[in-house]
Amino acid sequence: MSSHSAGSHPSTRLYVAVAVILAALTALEVMVFYIEALAPVLIPILLVMMAAKFALVAMFFMHLKSDGPVLTAIFAWGVFIATAIVVGLMAIFGKFGA
Amino acid sequence: MEGPTSTGIPNRKLAMWTFIGSECMLFGTLIATYMIYRGRNLVPPYPHDLLNIPFITVTTFVLLMSSLMMVLALAAVQRNDLRATKLWLGLTALFGLIFLGGQYYEFSHFVHEGLPLSRNLFSSTFFVLTGTHGAHVAGGVIWLGTLLVRTVNGKLDARHAETVEIAGLYWHFVDVVWIILFTLIYLLV
Amino acid sequence: MAMTDAHPTGIRSWLTTVDHKRIAIMYFVVGFAFLLVAGFEGQLIRLQLAAPGRDFLDPDLYNQLFTMHGTTMVFFAGMPLVVAFFNFVVPLQIGARDVAFPRLNAFSFWVFLFGGLFLYASIPLRAMPDGGWFAYMPLTNPEYSPGPGIDFYVLSLLISGVGSIAGGLNFLVTILNMRAPGMTFMRMPLFTWMALIVSALILLAFPPFTVGLIFMLFDRSFGTHFFDAAAGADPVLWQHLFWVFGHPEVYILILPAFGIVSDVIPTYSRKILFGYPVVVFSGVLIAFLGFGVWVHHMFSVGLGPVVNAVFGGATMLIAIPTGIKIFNWIATMWGGRLRFRTAMLYAVGLVATFTIGGLSGVMHSSPPADLQQTDTYFVVAHFHYVLIGGTVFGLFCGFYYWFPKATGRMLHEGLGKAHFWLTFIALNVTFFPMHFSGLLGMPRRTYTYAEGLGLDIFNLISTIGAFVFTLSFVPLVWNLWRTWRRGEAAGHNPWDASTLEWTTASPPPHYNFAEIPTVDRRDPLLHPYIEPESRGEGDEPGGAVPRRQPDEPPEPVVMPNPSYWPLVLAAGMLLMTIGALGSLGLTLFGLFVTAVGLFAWAFEPPFGEEAH
Ligand code: HEM
Ligand SMILES: [Cu+2]
Repeated sequence: MSSHSAGSHPSTRLYVAVAVILAALTALEVMVFYIEALAPVLIPILLVMMAAKFALVAMFFMHLKSDGPVLTAIFAWGVFIATAIVVGLMAIFGKFGA
Repeated sequence: MEGPTSTGIPNRKLAMWTFIGSECMLFGTLIATYMIYRGRNLVPPYPHDLLNIPFITVTTFVLLMSSLMMVLALAAVQRNDLRATKLWLGLTALFGLIFLGGQYYEFSHFVHEGLPLSRNLFSSTFFVLTGTHGAHVAGGVIWLGTLLVRTVNGKLDARHAETVEIAGLYWHFVDVVWIILFTLIYLLV
Repeated sequence: MAMTDAHPTGIRSWLTTVDHKRIAIMYFVVGFAFLLVAGFEGQLIRLQLAAPGRDFLDPDLYNQLFTMHGTTMVFFAGMPLVVAFFNFVVPLQIGARDVAFPRLNAFSFWVFLFGGLFLYASIPLRAMPDGGWFAYMPLTNPEYSPGPGIDFYVLSLLISGVGSIAGGLNFLVTILNMRAPGMTFMRMPLFTWMALIVSALILLAFPPFTVGLIFMLFDRSFGTHFFDAAAGADPVLWQHLFWVFGHPEVYILILPAFGIVSDVIPTYSRKILFGYPVVVFSGVLIAFLGFGVWVHHMFSVGLGPVVNAVFGGATMLIAIPTGIKIFNWIATMWGGRLRFRTAMLYAVGLVATFTIGGLSGVMHSSPPADLQQTDTYFVVAHFHYVLIGGTVFGLFCGFYYWFPKATGRMLHEGLGKAHFWLTFIALNVTFFPMHFSGLLGMPRRTYTYAEGLGLDIFNLISTIGAFVFTLSFVPLVWNLWRTWRRGEAAGHNPWDASTLEWTTASPPPHYNFAEIPTVDRRDPLLHPYIEPESRGEGDEPGGAVPRRQPDEPPEPVVMPNPSYWPLVLAAGMLLMTIGALGSLGLTLFGLFVTAVGLFAWAFEPPFGEEAH
């Protein structure tokens, strides 16, 4: 489960590609925000794009994709508990409707 | 100086990831507070009076691109290409500084528009959440600055790639947090 | 720098030490001192309540005393004593020479110490916090709690919390990364397992508390409105943030005790632990579920039937893995050759008394029942049974078990047993009657009660029990003094225990292991059901781990350098904390010292010059 072989890290071209996607997603997010017609589904669309950007940075820039399961598990554990607490608290405070 | 570790992951790298896992809870709690109090502000000004989406989109873009600079710096130091390392490390820190400048401008603009920290519920939650993030960026800029100085002084090369990698992990995490804040605070205003 | 030569002992060597065993001793001594102080505060509370209508303490002082008692016990006695055991035992149990980050370890200790001293500086300044250990808003806002009392609470917990998080990080990395070759996860001793789980709990539970404290600090100092109902906020948010942390915190305090008895009971039963994987996974499960039950501390807030039912159900669920462990311990003892040394008495005592506390916990996991019990002495009975009968008994168990390893001397068994029986009697005499006074409706945190409510006799008995507690320290202190004067030498493995720490000398050399062992089984030194008496010399069951480490390391050992910077860094943070009480200049100076400490730390070679 060696996670520290510099050679296996993605190449420059991949990094640039990821950055282009990130930039495009950000542009898309802002566009979506300004399109009136999308207002009813704005929240899910934005959340999905946010999650996609999150995953791209974590997988490629932070190398979780190539670095093996231990680090992914540690990060996922933190993200999971934190998300659960955020969602749980919001639910208790009635943020998801009645 | 470490021997081989039980998991094969260097201690400091494992520590950084563990720290990041813990930071998830820190920002999670701050975000939960912001979200719970969204729409409960009783005293003007309100978020939509002030939040400037085009402006923040630009600084968001800058921070996002700094992450690209950061991975390029790492790739450079791994190849022991120190000139490129200096370039990309410097640019990462510079982009971080631009982001911080944007935040400084934003904050002072808000204060000027009648939203000091103690004004209302929005000011409390907004400034403390984005301020905590900004403090993380500032810490990262200082860290990158020391790496840059060490590279310039010839004290950092491919043997220290792990140090750059760990600083990078921190930097990307701070970027990831901003990805979330940008959506939750600004786009879901 | 090979440091197999003599180890320095002057005061400077303690200020700069990064040796996990010395840091353990410092944690233990300071934590124990805080235990005595907080115990004294509890004793004063009991004196006030000995009879109805007493005016031994005035109401304000009473509020301050129960606040200091609870806060100290949890954060400055319970936590550091737990961490003392992590420090001493974990590296030895996993076959490591130190923790992953020795200087960070020293730093954790110093900030904890400074946090505790800072809290206690409120006494000479006559500004003790008085909002209870959970400091509910809006009672603690600047309007209802003017004056610096609550600020001492907030700031001391903020700074010591940094140390706790650093410690959690350190032990998580240590256990994941520094295990001896061959020590897979399912070969780790149970105490190490629980230390791993607790480290993860600390890392996840402390940040929400830190954030809550920062909100409170900002509300009090900078006029923000996080808990200000008039601005649209909800003070109940503080309760959530506190208990999101607070419930995992009680597991942070109990799981290490569970780990200790899980190592101790097999040793004195001459058996291996019954159902090792089940004990491990029930620990993991407790930690996981522990994040989903916090509302059981808030049933009376009125969050509605759905929320209360969900969290009540989750709370009942968590009792299952807890109960499973109890059965594992009983099954381990079943049919074993039991040796009731003091440590074993404490372990069995824990099984008995913790169960009582667990059962009353299950009783108030049902919201309608809890509405009768909450904020009464019934809850006080519950958490003292789990915290004393669980955590403190577990810690004493570990103390009697590892004392010979740490000092090289044996404690006196008779005095140890006297200590056990006195604490066991004191616990039950003090806290069992509180079940009754609680169910009769006696509220917590009220400085007195009226005559004729049927409470008098129960309170009198509780106060008598508290005196027995005080008395129980006599045999302990006597024992320590006696051992210091003329305790017999302990030898490597006085209990014939089965884990790695017993292969090295007592006390261990500063490098712990002359040769890092290679582990090939879960209990490297013990063969199940084989009596040591029936084994001949050299008749040991054939594990790869030698029963005794060589006296001298075959190769020079490189150990981490001592360092002043952890102390400097912690001092800088202390200055910032003091400055936060109202001196911007001091805060900035503290920031400067912190920065200096950080940079000096970063550029100081941790292992002597030749290391890169
Ligand atoms: C069987 C497992 C347990 C269950 C079901 C349980 C349940 C509960 C419940 C429902 C309460 C809230 C009572 C109220 O305020 O009305 C409570 C309070 C408390 N429990 Fe437990 N508990 C358990 C184990 C533990 C353990 C292991 C510890 C610590 C070592 C602990 C420490 C506490 C403390 C300190 C409080 C009171 C906090 C305060 O109000 O100041 N409990 N418990
Ligand atoms: Cu609880």
